[in-house]
Amino acid sequence: MALVLTEDQELLAKTALDFVRTHSPVSRVRALRDSQDPIGFSRELWKQMAELGWVGILIPEAYGGAGMGLADLIVVLEALGRHLAPEPFLSTVLLGGQLLTLAGTEAQKQAWLPGIVAGETILTVAYQEAHSRYNLQRVSTKAEPDGTSWRLSGEKIQVPDGQTADALIVSARTSGEPTDPTGLTLFLIPRDAPGLTITPQYRVDSRPVALVSLADVRVEPANVIGPVGEGLPLLSQVVDRATIGLCAEMLGGMSQIFDNTLAYLKTRQQFGVLIGTFQALKHRAARLFMEIELARSAVMAAARAADAGDPQWIALVSLAKARCSDAYILAANEGIQMHGGIGMTDEHDAGFYLKRARVAEMTFGDAAWHRERWARLHGY
Amino acid sequence: MADLETFRAETRKWLLAHAPASLRGMVLGLGEGNWGGRKATYPNPDMKVWLEVMAERGWTAPEWPTQYGGGGLTKDEAKILREELAALKLPPPLVGFGLTMIGPILLEYGTEEQKREHLPKIVRGEIRWCQGYSEPGAGSDLASLQTRAVRQGDYFVINGQKIWTSYANLSDWMFLLVRTDPTAEKHRGITFLLMDMASPGVEVRPIKLISGSSPFCETFLTDVLVPVKNVVGKINEGWTIAKALLNHERTMIASAFGTGTGRRRTLREFARKYLECDGERLADTALRHRMAQYEMDALAFKLTTDRARDAATAGLPPGPESSMFKIYGTELNQRRQELLVSIAGPQALGWEGPGFAEEELALTRDWLRSRGNTIEGGTSEIQLNIIAKRVLGLPD
Ligand SMILES: Cc1cc2nc3c(=O)[nH]c(=O)nc-3n(C[C@H](O)[C@H](O)[C@H](O)COP(=O)(O)OP(=O)(O)OC[C@H]3O[C@@H](n4cnc5c(N)ncnc54)[C@H](O)[C@@H]3O)c2cc1C
Repeated sequence: MALVLTEDQELLAKTALDFVRTHSPVSRVRALRDSQDPIGFSRELWKQMAELGWVGILIPEAYGGAGMGLADLIVVLEALGRHLAPEPFLSTVLLGGQLLTLAGTEAQKQAWLPGIVAGETILTVAYQEAHSRYNLQRVSTKAEPDGTSWRLSGEKIQVPDGQTADALIVSARTSGEPTDPTGLTLFLIPRDAPGLTITPQYRVDSRPVALVSLADVRVEPANVIGPVGEGLPLLSQVVDRATIGLCAEMLGGMSQIFDNTLAYLKTRQQFGVLIGTFQALKHRAARLFMEIELARSAVMAAARAADAGDPQWIALVSLAKARCSDAYILAANEGIQMHGGIGMTDEHDAGFYLKRARVAEMTFGDAAWHRERWARLHGY
Repeated sequence: MADLETFRAETRKWLLAHAPASLRGMVLGLGEGNWGGRKATYPNPDMKVWLEVMAERGWTAPEWPTQYGGGGLTKDEAKILREELAALKLPPPLVGFGLTMIGPILLEYGTEEQKREHLPKIVRGEIRWCQGYSEPGAGSDLASLQTRAVRQGDYFVINGQKIWTSYANLSDWMFLLVRTDPTAEKHRGITFLLMDMASPGVEVRPIKLISGSSPFCETFLTDVLVPVKNVVGKINEGWTIAKALLNHERTMIASAFGTGTGRRRTLREFARKYLECDGERLADTALRHRMAQYEMDALAFKLTTDRARDAATAGLPPGPESSMFKIYGTELNQRRQELLVSIAGPQALGWEGPGFAEEELALTRDWLRSRGNTIEGGTSEIQLNIIAKRVLGLPD
């Protein structure tokens, strides 16, 4: 599969970039943060994105979507990442929507997917716990049988869009010890389920996330997703696919902070000359350019491999995430350094990129974690 | 697409029928390929057969036009040929500066006469070329070169000295840069010439490298006569051609080192041989991480070169992005050599003699040689300058 954009993808990328430039300046993210907006994104923009067809890109046509691939979606996510747009792609499209698409029953899909495509339903996945770090199987939340139903208890952290989600898909242990690979099951829980408490958390990147605690939350068998006790392979697959989407967002973010930095090197003067004439800065800018180019190749290759079902795709996900994690942090750090004092101010945008870079780095595994996984995948 | 699949099938069939069996699975060390030329030696006579059968089809230069002896293949067909050669583990039939540097330059800038004269000999491996760019006083600042060429009728009389001329002692012809107008601004008085190394007044002295081998030379030029018809492009306008050739050179260096020719064993095989294992896993977690990081970076690099190739509109010569590949490819090779030395430990310290396998002695020398990768073809610092200026548009 060629590592170039098709004509359709070029057009999609351009539309998305124009849209983001017009409707989503970084000042919007700042305003959402400063007002501690309880939603944390714009429902109206989300609706418009749905009307543009972006929200349904991955969802099959039978449920109103476009049935296209990650290679298409990532061009949109990259554009959104450029301006740090916080709309709920990660929770609703990449995690929740994908889980249902891959493993939902016909009834579950009918119930949820059309609403997602329309930009009306927000769905999220609660997979992370206080001590799980990047390990999806480290789950203490318990699901105990109660007749034909289940009762869930435990706590999930930093659940993306937790406070607005109409429903949450929760990983819980139906058997085994907290680190066993088997015994995990995925449960879909409507937000108004008794025993469910959703509390907003305020994270450094100011994206909306929530602490979710479950106290004897009852789940009907109709709301179990995928096979009982075999939730891990499913969840891993969805998280790996979502990682590609996250990487595309990161690629957008690192490209934008880099562009901003280059523009500054071409306007700021010291010692009577443009600071971009200093070789100490030029060389670092050139190295950053290379890092971003390599990250881009890895993300494009991972998306195409995942779409094609290439057995290499998981290794490529690790490659893309390791590269993007390192490159985004580097681009943000260098961005601040090359801006000097102004880069350290809250008033400047650079800090927003650094904060988002840190969070994205620690979502779905940081660079070291993915290198370790690469080694394991290759038998050493 | 169907045509390409037919081409693939036919290519494989032809290769199976014509490639000498002894070459299948042969892995060449860096610099061990078939460089051709009048002074070529063939320790394995099948290498000569291989060159001849491939040159006959023009497949030593698959994408060059057939009228100059090339294969006339499209980019896609050439890619298939490369893939099939790799699949059958066949070494390239011919390597060298003729194919990768001066050939593409003549195709773009040469006169019809120059193309007819030189290209077929390159394709057949008859003439080996060397590069006379650097001088004792002109390295990174190449345009300050001083070798003089004074016109006398139909000839130029050349006087001066070139240095670091790789394989000048084994080459038949040199492409070189000379100063034809000492009064002009330094970039404007340079001319690009083709010179027969057998001309009277050419003297070559090999120089020894830290790795112990002598792949490069000093070249002294005293009253050497070069016909004016051997000027490529216009007199005093050689700098444009000089730079275009550097782009080809950087692309060549990047692919030679970055994508790994000449690997006798994989990194993982070395690791299994020298390192303690904890079951499947390498016990030394720090080395394990360095290895994973290297492998991942190498793959990201390969994907980036693939992407550049996919994006290149047919026939477009390499641009300033070749600088990026040059830096990254050469640094990858250095990292690989460092890693191999770390993996082999004290067994990587041998210079010669007992107690070290041949493969281990090669590790030492390859590591030493790799330090030159970020210098030859323009240093990494110069490549960073080029990216900053030409790609990022940063001010001078
Ligand atoms: C193995 C090998 C093979 C070679 N083969 C050939 C050949 O076949 N033909 C040929 O013509 N030449 C050849 N060369 C020469 C090579 O191109 C030069 O060595 C190279 O261009 C550097 O020039 P120099 O050695 O004069 O170093 P210098 O230019 O003196 O550089 C010294 C240091 O200063 C740095 N520096 C210089 N200018 C700048 C600047 N503007 N900004 C920042 N840093 C700077 C350099 O990066 C380097 O670190 C070969 C070199 C090697 C090592």
